[in-house]
Amino acid sequence: RKNVEDFTGPRERSDLGFVTFDITADILNGKNVLQSIFDWNVKQLFLYLSAEYSTKNNALNQVVLWDKIMLRGDNPRLSLKDMKSKYFFFDDGNGLKGNRNITLTLSWNVVPNAGILPLVTGSGHVSVPFPDTYETTKSY
Amino acid sequence: SGSMEPAFHRGDLLFLTNRIEDPIRVGEIVVFRIEGREIPIVHRVLKIHEKQNGDIKFLTKGDNNAVDDRGLYKRGQYWLEKKDVVGRARGFVPYIGIVTILMNDYPKFKYAVLFLLGLFVLVHRE
Repeated sequence: RKNVEDFTGPRERSDLGFVTFDITADILNGKNVLQSIFDWNVKQLFLYLSAEYSTKNNALNQVVLWDKIMLRGDNPRLSLKDMKSKYFFFDDGNGLKGNRNITLTLSWNVVPNAGILPLVTGSGHVSVPFPDTYETTKSY
Repeated sequence: SGSMEPAFHRGDLLFLTNRIEDPIRVGEIVVFRIEGREIPIVHRVLKIHEKQNGDIKFLTKGDNNAVDDRGLYKRGQYWLEKKDVVGRARGFVPYIGIVTILMNDYPKFKYAVLFLLGLFVLVHRE
C-alpha cells in the first residue's frame, strides 16, 4: 500500500491499496444448491469483487476491485488465481494505513431477459488487514 | 447508448424506483443527471464513501466502458451525490430493441410495421 496523489481524481494525497486475490466460486440458484443460477430467464451475471471498510473520514467505504460479465452458457464455476485488481483502490484520504478490517465480498447482479434486476451477495467473504507502513519500492 | 451492454441495449425499457432512503451501494445501477445536462445516464456504482451522517459521494462507470465516468462529469467534479440521482434501475423489459431487431431480420415485418404506421397516421389525421 502506498500514499500517492490520486491521479484519477482530486489532486490530494490518498492511500492506494494493492490487493491480489484468488476466487473460487460456484454460482448457484439460491434455493436449490445443485441448480445453476442460469435458468431460462437469466441472460447474464455481472460479477464484482468489492472491498468494504471504515475509516476516520468515512463511516462506510466500498470500492469495486474487479468485475466480470458472465454470460448464459459460460461456466458458472470460477477458479481464478493471483488476480490483480482491475480498478485503482484509492481511499478517500489515508484510511488504509493500519486498517485491520477490509472485507472482500463477491456479489453479482442478475440480468434477466426481462424482469427484476436483483443484487446478490455471495456467502463467502474474507477480511484482509493493511499494514501499518507504506511500501516504497515494490512495483505492482 | 451502448455503455451498459450486454446487459441493456438502446431501446430497452427500464423500471426505476427513487426512494431517497434507499442507500446507494456499489453494484447498483443508478440513473443520474449531470448538472447542466438534460440527458440522464444509466450506469453502475463503482465506489462509495459515506459519512456517519449519511452524506455520500460516489463514482459510476458503464459496464461496457473501459474507464469510469469522471470524464463525463462536470469540469472539476469528481463525485456524484444523492442529489444527482434520478432513480435506481430495478427491472427492465427489452422493448423497442426487439422491434428493430425483428425489422432488420424480417423485411416483411418491417413493411408490415411501416404499413400499419401509415394507416395509423391516415386514420388519425383529424
